Amino acid sequence: MSLTSRPHWGPTSIAVLLAVFLIVFLAVPVLKVVFVAFQDPGTGGFTLVNFQDFFNTALFRESFWNSLYVAGMSVMLASIIAVPLAYFTTRFNFGGAMLIQTLGVVPLIMPPFVGAVAMQLLFGSNGSVNLLLDEHFGFTVPFMEGLNGVILVESIHYFPFILTNLSASLANIDRSLEESAQNLGSSGMRLFRRIVFPLAMPGFVAGASLVFLKVFDDLGTPLLLNVNKMLAPQAYLRISSIGITDPMGYVISVMLVLFSMFSLWVSFLAFRGREYASVQKGGGGLLKRDLGTWEKLAAYAVIVLILALVLAPHLGLLLLSFGTVWSFAVLPDAYTLEHYLRVFHTSSQYVTNTLIYAGLAAGIDIVLGTAIAYVVWRTGIPGRKWLDYTATAALAVPGVVLGIGYLRTFYGVQLPFSEQPLATWWVILVIALAIRRLPYALRACVAALQQVSVTLEEAAENIGATKSRTVRRIVVPLMSGGILAGFVTSFATASVELSATLMLVAQQSDAPLSYGIYVFMQSAAGRGPGAALGIIAVIIVGLGTYVSHRVIERSRRLRTADRVVAEATAKLE
Amino acid sequence: MHLSTFVRRITGSLLVPLALCASWGTAHALEDKLVIVTSFPEDLTGVFQAAFERRHPTTKVEVLNKKTSAGVKYVQETAGNNTTDLFWVSAPDAFGVLKNKGLLQKYQPHSSGIPDMIGSFPINDPDRYFFGFAASGYGIMYNTRYLKAKKLPVPKEWDDLKKPVYFGHVGMSAPSRSGTTHLTVEAILQGEGWDKGWATMKEMAGNFKTITERSFGVPDGVNSGEFGLGIVIDFFGFSSKASGFPVEFVYPTITALVPANVGIVKNAPHPEAAGAFIDFLLSDEGQELLFDSKIQRLPVKPAIYAKAPPGLPNPFEDKSIGAAVKFDSDLSEGRYNLVNSLFDQLITFRAEELRTATAAVQAAESALAGKSKPEAEALLEQARTLIAAVPVTEAEANDPAFAAIFAKKRKKPTDEVPQRQAEVEQKWDGFAQSNYAKAGELAKQALNKAN
Repeated sequence: MSLTSRPHWGPTSIAVLLAVFLIVFLAVPVLKVVFVAFQDPGTGGFTLVNFQDFFNTALFRESFWNSLYVAGMSVMLASIIAVPLAYFTTRFNFGGAMLIQTLGVVPLIMPPFVGAVAMQLLFGSNGSVNLLLDEHFGFTVPFMEGLNGVILVESIHYFPFILTNLSASLANIDRSLEESAQNLGSSGMRLFRRIVFPLAMPGFVAGASLVFLKVFDDLGTPLLLNVNKMLAPQAYLRISSIGITDPMGYVISVMLVLFSMFSLWVSFLAFRGREYASVQKGGGGLLKRDLGTWEKLAAYAVIVLILALVLAPHLGLLLLSFGTVWSFAVLPDAYTLEHYLRVFHTSSQYVTNTLIYAGLAAGIDIVLGTAIAYVVWRTGIPGRKWLDYTATAALAVPGVVLGIGYLRTFYGVQLPFSEQPLATWWVILVIALAIRRLPYALRACVAALQQVSVTLEEAAENIGATKSRTVRRIVVPLMSGGILAGFVTSFATASVELSATLMLVAQQSDAPLSYGIYVFMQSAAGRGPGAALGIIAVIIVGLGTYVSHRVIERSRRLRTADRVVAEATAKLE
Repeated sequence: MHLSTFVRRITGSLLVPLALCASWGTAHALEDKLVIVTSFPEDLTGVFQAAFERRHPTTKVEVLNKKTSAGVKYVQETAGNNTTDLFWVSAPDAFGVLKNKGLLQKYQPHSSGIPDMIGSFPINDPDRYFFGFAASGYGIMYNTRYLKAKKLPVPKEWDDLKKPVYFGHVGMSAPSRSGTTHLTVEAILQGEGWDKGWATMKEMAGNFKTITERSFGVPDGVNSGEFGLGIVIDFFGFSSKASGFPVEFVYPTITALVPANVGIVKNAPHPEAAGAFIDFLLSDEGQELLFDSKIQRLPVKPAIYAKAPPGLPNPFEDKSIGAAVKFDSDLSEGRYNLVNSLFDQLITFRAEELRTATAAVQAAESALAGKSKPEAEALLEQARTLIAAVPVTEAEANDPAFAAIFAKKRKKPTDEVPQRQAEVEQKWDGFAQSNYAKAGELAKQALNKAN
């Protein structure tokens, strides 16, 4: 990125605003909690002895390597799942490409607890699959055991990060580059390997680094499989134990944050001195070609196979929500609508809240994400990369830590015109969700911006457009695909967030769906209703995703149509 | 729904004078709101909320569901500007933490017919900061389909769970994760003694398939058939069965009956309503609600058992439940965090190593069965001793100075704590790792000698 413009007054003030926002809503609350990591447990003074303890403890060293191994392997497996889906749906004329893209996001929406139960009922050591295998073939497969179980579940859960970001990138590639390669005789796998995939690298790296960071910092999956010899669960188990004031949990949190920033820095190095931007835009991305009958069948077979695997948990969830009793059996004993009836009364409030919270949070995320991406990659403001590092570090902050930090920071602050503390106002919950999901939107926005050539902006400014007008009329529209990808991932994951939510919900009437599921999942009779609420969450977020795909696809088609008309007119003249 | 609330409010306000005349004991006008922080499921809170609102139509009950640990943190963090009236969870130790931090308020309930003790446990806090409203014991829950399919016998006692036949079939939560599991562990430690208790627990843990992150994970796993047997608090078993799952529950001889509690938070914004709710919980009507098929907890009022559904035991008559353990809650509180940490270091985090060692011992045992090989027997005995060993003696564990490393409440900046928890835990972890490795090695040698 050699072509960065000099700092302007506008971008600088935006950068300052962003920094203030991140400091107030991320850095301060987190530091209020994790400062004990630097406190001598004996005397209360400043010390680094706790970090020495971290490296001296065999358990933590093992946990660190386990986390690293799981994160690396998950990126590989998630890529194996995501790359074919992204490639087929963007590269070929394909019935239902949009549906596949939407279904590809659904795995991100794994409602807390019920999702875990559904997966155990299907893939657990006494789940449907293994019961059938045992009955017919006399052996079982440990899908869900140990680190390999974590890798499998994480990959199924998080591959959409790669899918959405890679698809957005593929759709943004300049068609003329591909055509040039074809004219020079390249085709098939070679074309993909040497031209298409490298050009889509920003999207792939955005997705892959998200998967890596997310898996490295993830709590939910290891906990649901009861694997605790990994870093994030070690931190969580210590922080959330009753009455324990041990600093080690916070030390691990700090280590997680530092390592996340480090790996982000490494992924920045990978981009150094490379150029991914292309000048031509709005060509609808790659040339889409038709597949032959056999090719089509093969492609469908691959896609159906992958979707069957990644959507199996949701099938399990569906069965759970309709089943009466499902215990040590391939399928539930009987089916009923009762669970849906039971949640029917309570769910409308939860649904409305979820839509408002997740929608607002994702909206805040793409605004912040676009702004940060622009400041980092298009201005020369000193220290600008720290905006990116800080925002991304939110991935590594456990939800409980953020929740406690918010209570500590904002509980003393009163809302104007009421006696309510700021921390119990629902807007704070939205901000917490936005902060937690900001890294997703940010990576997508950065990838999108990397594909926009600076020359387009310079051209606009040369003919007299102001900076802000250039951003509004040129940059943001060209980034729209990536911004949408960011919105979708933030929205989908925010809608099922639990840990910070559980800490910050102060009134039942303010609670989102995930809280409702949690409340049901505390009792044996609540499993079915919990699953029903889970299905409702999946359907709502799935619909939201589908609609946003439709919107973006339509605007893209309009733009393509304009171009075709313009070309035709040019020829006629 | 909104309309009906509205109508209820209107009719409620008309009925206030009537309700006041008819109210039992507390003839105060209640506030219009009551905020409860609880860890209980909707199945329990919903029933009480509805019944209480029927009785006090002008008071709207707001239930905030949080995990016990999150609930304690929430009350702590929000104490400066408290909006919570009642804290309502199972674990007495969670109330102990809040009481010690001065975050609870005294109350004198208007109730009668509740004895001082259940089994060997006091029902109420002697200082009247919190009150037991239901009792629970610990035991073994099992999935009947699972046992039948895997041809496993039905267990009766903790010792049964040590048998090789249950290898990989048992689940439990960790005491650091769940207050109720902590009480199970303490009950075993106090019932069998420190060394023998840990030996029992580690032998059982060798058979564990998993150690779940939350206490409800255990009944969930047994209900699903993920594992066949679980160590759980009784109502998880009873309510699962009442919900139709093919499960049963047994109390072993060594168990403790412990009350689930409720207490008023200091500076509660609606103290009258909070008091009325406690009175309601302890009234005949409230106690009877515990028999609801989705709740299935044991009332603390003996007279109510006349109306108990079949299958629910009466601990006030059946003295065998919880009688074997004389539960000392001061002892338990003093070493609370130490026991949690020790369990995690020896069992939770080294579960895999422990399982491997246990499998090796069990293999050698079955190879040696019916043979007379004293040398191999001796090796095996060494292996068992290594597995059972604890790096801390009972005297050390009960020493307040040592336990302070784990509680670490530095009140003044001048307070000094001798050792860091992390240092001690490193030692324990090393101890567990090397013991389990050695035990596995010895068991393999024994196996070779047996063949």
